[in-house]
Amino acid sequence: MSHCRSLKKALIAGAALAVIALPLAARDDPFKVGFVYVGPVGDHGWTYRHDVGRLAIEAELGDAVATTFVESVPEGADAERVIRKLASEGHDLIFTTSFGYMNPTVKVAREFPEVQFEHATGYKQGDNLSTYSARFYEGRAVIGTMAGMMTESNVIGYIGSFPIPEVVRGINAFTIAMRKVNPDAEVKVVWVNSWYDPGKEADAARALIDQGADIIAQHTDSPAPLQVAEERGVIGFGQASDMAAFAPTAQLTSIIDDWDAFYVERTRAAMDGSWESQDVWMGIDSGMVAFAEYNASVPDDVQAAAEVIKEGIVDGSLHPFQGPITDQSGKEIVAEGETLDDKVLLGMNYYVEGVQGELPK
Amino acid sequence: MIRLERRADPSRLMGWLAPVFALLATLVAGVFLFALLEVPVGEAFHAFFIDPVSTRYGLAELGVKAAPLVMIGVALSIGFRAQVWNIGAEGQLIAGAIGGGAVALALYEVEGWFVLPAMAVGGVLAGMAWAAVPALLRTRYGANEILTSLMLTYVAGLLLGYLVSGPLRDPDGFNFPESRLFHDAALLPRVLDGTRLHAGALVALGIVVAGWVLLSRTLLGFALRVNGAAPRAGAQAGFSQNRLIWFALLCGGGVAGLAGLFEVAGPIGQLSPNISPGYGFTAIIVAFLGRLHPVGVLLAGLVMALSYLGGESAQISLNLPLAVTGVFQGMLLFFLLAADVTIGFRLVRKRSRP
Amino acid sequence: MNDGMVLLTLLTVITAATPLVYAAIGELVVERSGVLNLGVEGMMLVGAVAGFATTHASGSAILGAFAGWAAGVALASVFAVLTLTLQSSQVATGLALTIFGVGLSALIGQSLVGVSLGGLPDVAIPGFSSIPFLGPLLFEHDLLVYGSFALVVGVAFFLERTRAGLVLRACGDSHDAAHALGYPVLGVRYLATLFGGGCAGLGGAYLSMAYTPMWAENMSAGRGWIALALVVFAVWQPGRLLLGAYLFGGIGVLQLHGQALGLTVPSQLMSMLPYLATILVLVLISRDASRIRRNAPASIGKPFHPTV
Repeated sequence: MSHCRSLKKALIAGAALAVIALPLAARDDPFKVGFVYVGPVGDHGWTYRHDVGRLAIEAELGDAVATTFVESVPEGADAERVIRKLASEGHDLIFTTSFGYMNPTVKVAREFPEVQFEHATGYKQGDNLSTYSARFYEGRAVIGTMAGMMTESNVIGYIGSFPIPEVVRGINAFTIAMRKVNPDAEVKVVWVNSWYDPGKEADAARALIDQGADIIAQHTDSPAPLQVAEERGVIGFGQASDMAAFAPTAQLTSIIDDWDAFYVERTRAAMDGSWESQDVWMGIDSGMVAFAEYNASVPDDVQAAAEVIKEGIVDGSLHPFQGPITDQSGKEIVAEGETLDDKVLLGMNYYVEGVQGELPK
Repeated sequence: MIRLERRADPSRLMGWLAPVFALLATLVAGVFLFALLEVPVGEAFHAFFIDPVSTRYGLAELGVKAAPLVMIGVALSIGFRAQVWNIGAEGQLIAGAIGGGAVALALYEVEGWFVLPAMAVGGVLAGMAWAAVPALLRTRYGANEILTSLMLTYVAGLLLGYLVSGPLRDPDGFNFPESRLFHDAALLPRVLDGTRLHAGALVALGIVVAGWVLLSRTLLGFALRVNGAAPRAGAQAGFSQNRLIWFALLCGGGVAGLAGLFEVAGPIGQLSPNISPGYGFTAIIVAFLGRLHPVGVLLAGLVMALSYLGGESAQISLNLPLAVTGVFQGMLLFFLLAADVTIGFRLVRKRSRP
Repeated sequence: MNDGMVLLTLLTVITAATPLVYAAIGELVVERSGVLNLGVEGMMLVGAVAGFATTHASGSAILGAFAGWAAGVALASVFAVLTLTLQSSQVATGLALTIFGVGLSALIGQSLVGVSLGGLPDVAIPGFSSIPFLGPLLFEHDLLVYGSFALVVGVAFFLERTRAGLVLRACGDSHDAAHALGYPVLGVRYLATLFGGGCAGLGGAYLSMAYTPMWAENMSAGRGWIALALVVFAVWQPGRLLLGAYLFGGIGVLQLHGQALGLTVPSQLMSMLPYLATILVLVLISRDASRIRRNAPASIGKPFHPTV
């Protein structure tokens, strides 16, 4: 009977489709995510935190992903080769974690339109190239407030790596917040011309302390300055990761780079096809800028003040670069109530009032 | 008992076989190393030696990585033959990049065939100038060039950092420490489509040939070799030591400067704070591995470059930490250097006299 | 207050120079015997990781210092076998040693990241430390700093006043003549090389145990190369070596102070000062060229093979 025959046909067709489709559905090549690091995973700072993020991807997504990383990739000609190798060897999503990788990433992204690229701290995007960074300056505003309240000598020592906008932005945000609670305090900056050189950072900390600083802040990656602070009996703030193990008494708190949630989210998006090119700059509200626990020695009112700053930033009522802001010569550059927009912040290359010294032009 | 006895003439056979022995020894030691680290041995060797050059693109990358090593290695070996110890090739490379790069930026958006040659001249002159300082200090004041050239390397790196943070910074670059991207007329032409192999690699080959001709066919080359081996004999023959010192250092500086220019006008395409992963220092090893002979330097440069590429490949395919690359490279170098003993010496059993 | 700041600054100078002093004094002995070992950076790093790991595991700084020394000796022995017995090129082998040492130390140190040591306690020498200014300057340091002072004095005494030192110098000045006189040239060079390795290892251990009590890959940050330059600067004499180390370390510290004071010179240019100053001082004191020729070990770097 025709009824039975058509049913049979349908069943056979269905079975045939299933035979074809099943291998496709069962195909479980893991989604490959690649990471290019500018330093060693063991730096306990910038690169270390990115690697923690990578491990978070593995923990969250299990067998569905496979991650690869290449560490200490120099920022010259080698970077392009490594990125291209990752792209051509089946990686679907690649994170390049240093500004110096910007142009190599752009070049490779153009040649591999099916691969998605995420470049940290850069400013060039493309159809398959996103940029991402964290508003670390928000964290600086919090610790600046704490520093202003806790300093007795009114001199803060700030150890900088390179005089680039990101670092200058941090110094400024710190100083503005500090001066709000303590108009007499000032920030002395020493540049060590390296992101990571424990010996030099320690020497810089010593010089600053010898010149009267009783609080140490840094935009370099090693715990050496805090170790010196601990040894000399002064206090300070950690950078990029929780450095309390190195300075249990001296570290008041630390700004922690927390990439976990962001990395997992972007990997998921790339896997399910919803990934789109974007330029994000996330702050405390997203969890990307996190903090270590307060040291027991931090007084309650300082903790409370810090929390007020955090809440204000999160709910938008407070902006670290909200006027009035004066530059070093005393001229008002941002009027009361105005805030600096992202473009200006991105290229910031001047000091605000309260920072001692001059920037190379 | 067994001891080493110097051969009357260096063994030519061993000259060819020694690297083979070294490679075998490295493989054996590598087996132990990888077994210790619980890494599959076969895959590790494949990653280190075969994978990097298994594609056309990979071979081209070998050329890109080896070109500066070979160029500078040849130039340094000329100097080393004359016992002039230029340890500062890295600084001369950076100086050349600055010099040539500054020309490129000064000629920004200017079209014409003369842009690249002008940049090359800038790079060579800057590299020479950077090497002239140790030369002057050595010939006028007897200051040892090891120290002066090495110290100037750090100065060059800091100078580059200062320049890209200020005077040479890209005005549209949000104040980040990089120069503008060079315009098309200021970029080296590619010699192999779809790869990064640039004209600088051909120049490197040319330098190998030129170096060989210089050392083996010219009076100057002879003078360098003689003065290096026997300074008093050289002085007697009228070869001025000071002139040779100047030549050796300027040669090394000029070529290193050119290599620096090739890096920024080739793979990198701009001036930035980090343009060299230590080519100037690695070239010293390459020079000695190549036994200070231009053809040897060419081969040694390729081997060194392969070991770097292999390290990257091993990190990617096996998740081996970068540190293993250093250990493996060091071992390879040790075996290569040790194997060379068979060229000049042989094992002899000597019976002790009664 | 000003006096206090001078003292504090000088103290920082001394500690900054100490790793350089260790590495350089060892290399000085090696080079006086006629061997050029460019692997100082590698030996410092293995010493640093060994010293750190041992101190961390055992709680004893003495054991840690010993481990640092031993690690340096171990790495130097590889160099010694290759260059002295197998007659390989000293320059290339030394450079290979650096590559190997950097990689090996990083490999060993992987599990030590994030570990913090307490640093070394300062030991005041009773009586001496109460001398105004000089007391706290020279007599209130940790044991490794005192060790560096003692080492320099010891090496100077050894080289100039002992017969063994004379033999060592002879091996460096003319190995053929020394051999003809019956001195065991290779044996002396072996011992010197191992000594140099131990000193470099100790210098590295100071970095990881006292200077910045942590382990970080490549933490010597080029100090091995500076040490090599200092040996040349010192014209192979211990006294001038100490001067050079303190000059270099001192200017390095002073430029940081200059920045902290607010000097408006770009920081990169300030950072150049130690290197430029070293060149300048070398030129000034090198103008007596014949003195250099007299002091440089004439056989340095040349392989020695006994033909008997």
